[in-house]
Amino acid sequence: MSLIAADHICVRFDGNEVLHDVSLQIAPGEIVTILGPNGSGKSTLLRALLGILPVAEGRILRQAGLRIGYVPQRLMIDRTMPITVRRFLSLPVRVSDAAAAEALARVGMAGHGAEQMTALSGGQLQRVLLARALLGNPQVLMLDEPTQGLDQPGEASFYRLIEEVRRDTGAAILMISHDLHVVMAASDRVICLNGHICCEGTPRVVSTAPEYRALFGLGTQGALALYRHEHDHEHRADDGHAHHHHHYHEHDHA
Amino acid sequence: MMAMPIIITITTSMTMLDDFLVRAGLAAVGLSLATGPLGAFVVWRRMAYFGDATAHAAVLGVALALATDLPIGLGTLVVALAMAVTVAGLSARGWAMDTTLGVLAHSALAFGLVAVSFFPTVRTDLSAYLFGDILAVSRADLVLVWLGALAVVALLVWRWQALLTATVSEDLAHAAGLRPDRERLVLVIALAVVVAVALKVVGALLIAAMLIIPAATARGIARTPEAMAIAAVAIGAASGLGGLGLSLWQDTPTGPSIIVVAAVLFALSTLRARA
Repeated sequence: MSLIAADHICVRFDGNEVLHDVSLQIAPGEIVTILGPNGSGKSTLLRALLGILPVAEGRILRQAGLRIGYVPQRLMIDRTMPITVRRFLSLPVRVSDAAAAEALARVGMAGHGAEQMTALSGGQLQRVLLARALLGNPQVLMLDEPTQGLDQPGEASFYRLIEEVRRDTGAAILMISHDLHVVMAASDRVICLNGHICCEGTPRVVSTAPEYRALFGLGTQGALALYRHEHDHEHRADDGHAHHHHHYHEHDHA
Repeated sequence: MMAMPIIITITTSMTMLDDFLVRAGLAAVGLSLATGPLGAFVVWRRMAYFGDATAHAAVLGVALALATDLPIGLGTLVVALAMAVTVAGLSARGWAMDTTLGVLAHSALAFGLVAVSFFPTVRTDLSAYLFGDILAVSRADLVLVWLGALAVVALLVWRWQALLTATVSEDLAHAAGLRPDRERLVLVIALAVVVAVALKVVGALLIAAMLIIPAATARGIARTPEAMAIAAVAIGAASGLGGLGLSLWQDTPTGPSIIVVAAVLFALSTLRARA
């Protein structure tokens, strides 16, 4: 029984079809990643699922009373608005100080409640957005390119956090990405999108699918092979960076 | 008014209201109750030009009221509301807002000035509508100012959480099941009411200044949206009373004097921020 599903939806902007005949279902507790190049309709799909954009054809099906937590791609709070992290967490539903402190602690931002939102770094802002989404006790968490603008360690630790959230709360997670290996590692299922669904399945299946290779090319294939490699053999972190490059090239030439 | 000779206990306060200065001061304070929080939203949402267009339309409202024998306040409210809804509609359709608002704001003013010139009585007293005539505020005017201001405050308090969420991010508001377009309409209505109420106090040309300057001043000293709105009320009221004093002391026009005091407070706050 799925929490939320798209049933053959089409989305059009001014007569241009951005999404064509897309169907997907999100089951409780799974982590699903939507992958696709720029302009492939990833954000559009997420926004249609959230009800922000109307669908021209098809339907969005939601379990009755479904609680969705949304972490937008970015948040531009106008600098003229003074607002602390603590105050932001109480939008739109006021939460207790205890609940706010607990949510901040969960995302590794304990003690930052009194800071101004506009003073946060990119990574901190993403964590606060996640904390706010978690306060609604969501059954599905939707994240739109949550690690955009983060450096590699920041990205990796954010995805670790997502996995913890799934483990602790049992929430299903639907996220968008265009970065490849890290997100593949954290996903149960990957949907490859380019206006329509090209292919989907476990990260391993998708990474070998011809549609996927056609969309992302050979260089990307190398990065995915790296992912498979790392997870098949459980390499330690201490032989890190040079190792990456070595395998990247090896697969590139293969 | 009928009760006044009967209820003796309130006679003193009623006599106090006979003083034009007291009425002017109360009108200024009443207006800032509404312009404080509304001005904060105007600043946060970058609606300054929007406020100008709506306020300038008020002059056209004066002409309409005179032509149809409606009360001035009602004519102003109707035209300001029409203008605000038009502008909001255009912005929702994605027009180039800067240009559109510029055209609308100044056209509304020009049309209004031409239209009122057909009424000789107003012609002589045009500056009252452009720059306000707070010293001529009657008891009835005062009641209207306070009723209008309290209605705006009630509306903003009622919608506060939703308005704030939609201002921070329309997508977050949408995802939480709110309707950002409806919250925008709340602000549009509040703006039209404030314009109608403020015409007598600061005049059509300076209503937007009364919205923006106290809120911008409050920005520097506030850490939360609520603190900024409340500080804007206090700064607006202080500007109103200070401007009234300046006007009496130097015999300057009252509306512009209020904005001069507000502008000086703003300048001081930026100096303080730098120090």
